[in-house]
Amino acid sequence: MKLPRFSRKTLCIPYAVFLIFFVIIPMLVILVYAFTDRSMHFSFGNFVKFFSDPTKLSTIAYSIVIALITTAACLLIAYPVAYILARSKMKKKYVVLMLFVLPMWINFVLRVNAIRELFNWIGLLGETNYFNTVFGMVYDFLPFMILPLYTTLMKIDPALYEASADLGGNGFTAFTRVTLPLSLPGVMSGVTMVFLPSMTNYVVSDMLGNSMVTIIGKFIYEYFGTDWHMGSMVALILLIVVFVSTWLTGGFSSEENVRGANL
Amino acid sequence: MADNIIELQDVTKYFGDNLVIDHMSFSIRKGEFMTFLGPSGCGKTTTLRMIAGFDLPTSGKILLDGKDISLLPPNKRPVNTVFQRYALFPHLNVYENIAFGLKCKRVMNTYRNEHGEEYTKKEKLTKKEIESKVKKALALVDLEGFEKRSISTLSGGQQQRVAIARAIVNEPEILLLDEPLGALDLKMRKEMQIELKKMHDRLGITFIYVTHDQEEALTMSDTIVIMADGVVQQIGTPTDIYNEPSNTFVADFIGESNIMNGTVVGKHKVKFCGKIFDCVDNFEEGEPVDVVVRPEDIKMCKPEDGTLHGEVISVVFKGIHYEITVQVGKFELVIQSTESRKVGEAIGLTVAPDGIHLMKPRYTSNVFDGVINKANNVEFAGGEFECDVTQLYPGSHLDEEGYLITAAGEKLDLTDTEVRVEVGLNDIEISDDEDAGGTTGHIISIIYKGDHYRVIVRTGDSDEDEDFVFATEDLWNENDYVSVIIPKEKIRLALKHKEKEDKA
Repeated sequence: MKLPRFSRKTLCIPYAVFLIFFVIIPMLVILVYAFTDRSMHFSFGNFVKFFSDPTKLSTIAYSIVIALITTAACLLIAYPVAYILARSKMKKKYVVLMLFVLPMWINFVLRVNAIRELFNWIGLLGETNYFNTVFGMVYDFLPFMILPLYTTLMKIDPALYEASADLGGNGFTAFTRVTLPLSLPGVMSGVTMVFLPSMTNYVVSDMLGNSMVTIIGKFIYEYFGTDWHMGSMVALILLIVVFVSTWLTGGFSSEENVRGANL
Repeated sequence: MADNIIELQDVTKYFGDNLVIDHMSFSIRKGEFMTFLGPSGCGKTTTLRMIAGFDLPTSGKILLDGKDISLLPPNKRPVNTVFQRYALFPHLNVYENIAFGLKCKRVMNTYRNEHGEEYTKKEKLTKKEIESKVKKALALVDLEGFEKRSISTLSGGQQQRVAIARAIVNEPEILLLDEPLGALDLKMRKEMQIELKKMHDRLGITFIYVTHDQEEALTMSDTIVIMADGVVQQIGTPTDIYNEPSNTFVADFIGESNIMNGTVVGKHKVKFCGKIFDCVDNFEEGEPVDVVVRPEDIKMCKPEDGTLHGEVISVVFKGIHYEITVQVGKFELVIQSTESRKVGEAIGLTVAPDGIHLMKPRYTSNVFDGVINKANNVEFAGGEFECDVTQLYPGSHLDEEGYLITAAGEKLDLTDTEVRVEVGLNDIEISDDEDAGGTTGHIISIIYKGDHYRVIVRTGDSDEDEDFVFATEDLWNENDYVSVIIPKEKIRLALKHKEKEDKA
């Protein structure tokens, strides 16, 4: 029996079909819905409405601020941990790393619920909505910051630290001029992986912010119950925000070390 | 001495339980090109790293210009290192790499204030100063115009030059080089060797160079320190070390050698390969010695004129000379000569007195501390061997239950008795069947001695290792994992407490 031989081209067909039906067509649908009104006529109405509504603009601002704070907090917590683990000679450091990453494997809803109960118990639920939201997000997204940082820090040749000391540099010099610049790809990749979900993940803000914190993701969800056209427009705007922030953090750079740092 | 720049005083270094440097002492003169030479794992890199400050000695002192720097961090030492894999900063370009040290540097500048009083300020180097220094360093390594190049676009040789420039731009008192040419191809190595030597002459600073390549060491150094097993084997000029190796390890490691067992038979007379030769070295009559003869010191002549007679068994052309192997009785001798001979030809051989080097053998027998166990076997070197325990008490014998009955009829239980175990150099065999012998280990050294190999097997690991030294006619490979077999009757035992009693 002659085995069927697949050329590389034939093997690409299923993926092409996937891309067309699940990426390109949905994007086009969103684009069409965003720029039409309920009677499906072309219109800039949604766009104008969004940017002339102060509550919508403030929501977007809030989302960005919450995402920024979450990202900064994750970075501040994750960097020392990743640094210590990467440079430690401890034999069982994978176990410690695992402990930090382990919550990732527990159901997301369960984790958020657990924190909600915790806040409820100490009486913070409904009191400090923004703090609770940020806390929950930091807790949830921390592993996504630790892992890429740890990977890039592990890749730094220890001889470079020795070279820095050999050339007269103290610990501070070694950090600012060797460790930090060489770990930037990891920082970028961690930031991307935390910043974006913390703008859209409204489950955390809903449950921990006691439904008092509205982020952009929540917006989209709500509009798709009532007004698909407006929902599509918000989704499109989010897409642009994401695109711009990725571009700003260098996520599109084709350099080897940047790609290597992504998980 | 005042002109010593570095002095090691009784330096010992452990990594965990592992002894890497064993009570090492020597000094390095200001301005000299010093090379640490030895096989991998001999401690040469560790010694260099202790001078650089990356590793700290477990005990002992390192003096720089007479001052103790043993515990000083690397950034406080006036030394710079060229690393084995260069360790260039990948995120910086050539200029930034070389300027790294200069940017860390602070200099004392003297100023005069408006009252005419002098005061000093600790300041960074100015941009201009840094620029001119980097430029000079780049010129020294022939890389003018490379300032803006990224490290990843440079070839191995160019990276090597950047690494050297990055070190010497700081004007260190000592430049440390850790196998810097290891990653280069042969031709590039040769060129860099000459360039480094020239650079040393031009800069006038002390170079400490680490290599396992004996030719490199002989070519470049003023002084060579030969190390093995964390111990200095010999310190001397390349000529001294080549011509007067202090032991068989050095003779074997540096250049080619014929190493044989010999016996001193009179004043300046030594017997080896069954013949008596005149020699220069003087040892006590009857003393066993290691005889070292360099291949170029053996002269070929007509069979009737030679002290030794043999048959040519192989001839290999090596470019500037022929390497001729001659079978003399059961010995195989290697000769280097510009003349060729035919395989199968009968020839005579002579050696001039100054071509014969005698040295005290390092090993005369193997001695271990052992303990007798319940089965009346002896445990030592991480293994258990059958032995004859009755030799501990003359005239004794064992009863059926394993108790020892002395000549006087006393009944003794020997379990846990501490003994001194001695095994002769010819009484050990090894096997690649791990279960064949009493203990196992790796072969750490093989030296050909004309008609046999002297092999050292090291058992166990780290601190509790023991070495077995013995002669064998079989060829093994270094690092082979083997088991050590000792026939029961060849294990000589002596009571330890009895030794003490005898002394008392």
